[in-house]
Amino acid sequence: MRLMKSFLASLVALVAVAMTVTPSFAQQGDRVHVDINQGNLNPMPIAVIDLLGESAAAQQIGRDISGVVRADLDRSGLFRPIGTDAFIERIEAMNIPPRFADWKIIDAQALAVGEVEPQPDGRIRVVVRLYDTFGERQLNSLVVAPRTPDGWRRIGHVIADFIYSELTGESGYFDTQILFVSETGPRTRRIKRLMIMDQDGANPSFLTGPESMVLTPRFAPNTRVLTYMSFETGAPRVFLYNLSTNRREVLGDFPGMTFAPRFRPDGNGIVFTLDMNGNSEIYAMDLQTRARQRLTNHPAIDTSPSYSPDGGQIVFNSDRGGSPQLYVMNANGSNQHRISFGEGRYSTPVWSPRGDLIAFTRQSGGRFAIGVMRPDGGGERILTESYLDEAPTWSPNGRVIMFFREGRGEGPQLWSVDLTGRNLRRIPTQTDASDPAWSPILP
Amino acid sequence: MRNTVLALAAVATLAACASRPDPTPTGPTGPTTPPVTTPQGPTPGSAEDFRVSVGDRVFFGYDRFDLSAEARSVLERQAAWLRRYPNVRVLVAGNCDERGTREYNLALGARRAAAARDFLVSLGIDGGRIESVSYGKERPLDARANEEAWSVNRNAHTQIVSGAVS
Repeated sequence: MRLMKSFLASLVALVAVAMTVTPSFAQQGDRVHVDINQGNLNPMPIAVIDLLGESAAAQQIGRDISGVVRADLDRSGLFRPIGTDAFIERIEAMNIPPRFADWKIIDAQALAVGEVEPQPDGRIRVVVRLYDTFGERQLNSLVVAPRTPDGWRRIGHVIADFIYSELTGESGYFDTQILFVSETGPRTRRIKRLMIMDQDGANPSFLTGPESMVLTPRFAPNTRVLTYMSFETGAPRVFLYNLSTNRREVLGDFPGMTFAPRFRPDGNGIVFTLDMNGNSEIYAMDLQTRARQRLTNHPAIDTSPSYSPDGGQIVFNSDRGGSPQLYVMNANGSNQHRISFGEGRYSTPVWSPRGDLIAFTRQSGGRFAIGVMRPDGGGERILTESYLDEAPTWSPNGRVIMFFREGRGEGPQLWSVDLTGRNLRRIPTQTDASDPAWSPILP
Repeated sequence: MRNTVLALAAVATLAACASRPDPTPTGPTGPTTPPVTTPQGPTPGSAEDFRVSVGDRVFFGYDRFDLSAEARSVLERQAAWLRRYPNVRVLVAGNCDERGTREYNLALGARRAAAARDFLVSLGIDGGRIESVSYGKERPLDARANEEAWSVNRNAHTQIVSGAVS
């Protein structure tokens, strides 16, 4: 017994030494910390207990919520949730400090303990404490204000965001939704419908019917208004869709086709492409005054505009130089200049919500890749590549990119990749899926 | 009005796609049925006449929207046919292969449709009879993923909207 203990003690010491040479997580200053830039070389082992509860019903919902938390953390690639059957201490009360030694032995760098508290009105309140086990102290606690029990998945995402934020120092991205296009039917007669689901693929629901093909949906910053392109009226048209009022409308009354819409970061404007007789130009429209402004004036293709998060600049796609490349201009159309100079054809630029990077699709050597570059065009990195990777969209913290991937002759699927390029994950959908758009953190 | 026309055209397109006729029209045949005499070729002035006798698609190179000699000759036949049937209105749809991104291809398809439309207008067809639209890479003719399919999927498709002999 004594020997066993000393073995475990030296194992713990060894693990602690290993920790100091693998930099993806470590004690930083006086607290445990995950370095987000190292990706999942060595994800941090973390223990998330099944949330406690007085009643059997509360315990069941607690287990369900903790399952969502662990799945979120695991998919981030930064954490390795430890299986509950490996736990030594059986925590039975929130307010008694854990026996840190029991958690250090199983190498849990952090420990999340929590409880489901049913309210008299039927809603549930959840309290969570997060511990640094090697630092032997509580890092922070979270109270999730009462919600109806059917919102248990979102409670899990809120807790996962709390843990992610405490341990990485960055805001999370789990309590979010994905807009995308559900695809069914043969390739020559594809049915494309707008769908919305949680970031992890749960709770999918259709927003449009099978009658008209929809493409390229995007969220307004408040997540309650959407814009997308539809063939509903025959030619491509930009639509606005208010989820709160269920009202849909065609954007403006333009003579040609309108497509490639994106919201201004303040949500009160749209930037899009208007094509008249084969000449596409980028326009901006204020949604309150309905004033429209032409931003480009060139016989080449000008499309796929995306605002910088401060609204001051727009990155777009143009073939004015002979092949599709990325350009940046001021939001009033001035100072248009090319930023992509690598090998290949660049398109679908999307400005990161952090402002530091622009994601794009690059075609080169018969392959399609998703990459990022700085707004000045420097620092280009390819994150992932295949027969067809297209349409990047950013997680609200600017750390993960979702896109769609099509194998040769196959239907599209949604995938995500982090900025290290190491954590590539398939997002489960019931049908083929394309054109993902990641929401901001839900209100 | 314009939207209505386009909507009708889109419906017509979908209907056409859903019931693409066999390349060799056949009458009812069977072991005990004597051969039925069918008229040779499509009815002059019909949509089928336009499609089969004139040619309803012109094809483009990769990321190109310039008209080849072959494309011009097809469009010249289209223009001649449209002059013969002045009540016919058409929709020219630009299409792209899958080797481009979605929004870029919508713009590229619009260029192809405009190239075909402009050429028809230059041959004396009233621009008011020709609508144009781009379907980008959304409506491939050939579902396969190879060079042969892509070359077929890069096209401008002239579809009759109204005015043809039924």
